[in-house]
Amino acid sequence: MSSGLKVLQPGIFSLIEDAGRFGHHGIGLTSGGPMDPQAFQWANRLCGNPLSAAAIEITVGGLILEATVDTTIAITGATVPFSINRQTRELWQSHPLKVGDRIELGFALSGSRSYLAVAGGFTIKPIFNSAATVTREALGGLHCDGTALQAGDLLPCSVNPARQQLRVPENQRPDYADNSALLRVILGYQQQAFSTVSQQRFFSSEYRVTESSDRMGFRLKGPAIQSTLDGILSEGICLGAIQVPADGQPIILLNDRQTIGGYPKLGSVLSLDLGKLAQLLPGGSVRFEAISIEQAHNALLLSQQRFNDAVLETLTTDFDDDEKDEKGEEGG
Amino acid sequence: MAPQRTISIAGENALIVYFGDTPSEAIAAEIAATASQLRIILDDTLVDLVPSYASLLVIYDPFKTDHHAVRKAIRKALNTPIDPDSNQSASLVTLPVYYSIESGPDLQSLADNAGLTIEDVITIHQQSEYRVYAIGFAPGFAYLGELDPRIAAPRLATPRQKVPRGAVAIADRQTAVYPAESPGGWNLIGLCPQLMFDPSLEPSTPVQVGDRVRFKAIDRETYLDMGGLL
Repeated sequence: MSSGLKVLQPGIFSLIEDAGRFGHHGIGLTSGGPMDPQAFQWANRLCGNPLSAAAIEITVGGLILEATVDTTIAITGATVPFSINRQTRELWQSHPLKVGDRIELGFALSGSRSYLAVAGGFTIKPIFNSAATVTREALGGLHCDGTALQAGDLLPCSVNPARQQLRVPENQRPDYADNSALLRVILGYQQQAFSTVSQQRFFSSEYRVTESSDRMGFRLKGPAIQSTLDGILSEGICLGAIQVPADGQPIILLNDRQTIGGYPKLGSVLSLDLGKLAQLLPGGSVRFEAISIEQAHNALLLSQQRFNDAVLETLTTDFDDDEKDEKGEEGG
Repeated sequence: MAPQRTISIAGENALIVYFGDTPSEAIAAEIAATASQLRIILDDTLVDLVPSYASLLVIYDPFKTDHHAVRKAIRKALNTPIDPDSNQSASLVTLPVYYSIESGPDLQSLADNAGLTIEDVITIHQQSEYRVYAIGFAPGFAYLGELDPRIAAPRLATPRQKVPRGAVAIADRQTAVYPAESPGGWNLIGLCPQLMFDPSLEPSTPVQVGDRVRFKAIDRETYLDMGGLL
């Protein structure tokens, strides 16, 4: 296959991700997938893709690509300078590409992770049913071996010239500028081993994101909380689990977490809030709020409903004369 | 009487079932049976299962079901009597090991600390049948228990930067085979030529949680013939 987007410069850390790898925790495979699933899904939706289609997760920025195919792309997530052939372009909307176009991303001004989707998705050979790159496991991605994008990689995609240019409405776009997040928590796991005082401290304090935060987990720093347990028998860890080691500093376990672990856990962060967390830079502020499992389920359903109901705005299609009069409505 | 089993919330889409405080053969069998029941009962509402020493994490799709329904399914699975023959489905896997000073750099110190000869350590390691209590840490890293207390040894004070693929190792009352080169703090006593994780194979791991494992000594030549590296 020779058509696609060619990597001229890979940037700091750019990975192929799809929705994630599921059903293989039993042999130790983690889920992977986009750290900010909302931004990832918007990028795919702008390109008319299934929400799980393979796209690029760009951490911090610095990615430069060249199109060897006529297609459509969209970039969402962190606010990052973005140009096509050195002309500044908007994030959160789809853009047509012609063969030879040069796509250039600068470095994030707010937030830390951007998503670049292409119409039809990148055609990546799945491994364990997923294209998701997990560096630690040497699985997934373009070469199926967990490597991040490299200069010279050709990311295969099909010819898919844009029929219309779409945009995510302003009110649907997250704002990462304040570098803070309020995380909703479903209490669980060893919650009862944490004293009332410790739990009150946890929910009334501000924590800071430390430098030791990555796709495995975000390590926070703030008032220490203690449980009565030194350690537990290793057990399954779900996405967003709040692990508290002996130093009392919480770690939020994310997409590339180990599947089992032996530290006490207070509960788990609602997945809807993990995207906000993943966009924080070191020093970012985190607060927690407890919600019930019923509230969590309601929030998930409501969020899905809102996403499905949101209508993408259609821009004028002056790049494609015969489509000029079309005032298409995008149904999602 | 079965010990009291509890079901706790783990997260928005996960419940965790605790089967007791200490891992045992009986608990391992019960976890395996519960997991296979849940695969049937939950069907497409199930996202993933994470069996471990004495617990089972059940991850479900919150857009297809809710925690009440999953709790009910778990209770039903727990109340299904374990078919005494079901344990037959747990395979017995024999893993070849080239035990030597050359392939097991901690063999001598482990023997010295235990007051045993190297030959004793090698013999004792092969005498037990182990249960796969959990798989984690890395793809295909199977935690095997329980190790004979005579050859149990704490983790190294300073973990190695590089443990080779296939290293047969001991930590506390557990033993394992490193599926890939990685850092590690376990005591190394030999090398196994059998790949513990190969994504190109189906199944990609020779063992599953609940399976039983035996080790069998092979000589250097056999190890190399089987594709082992030194």
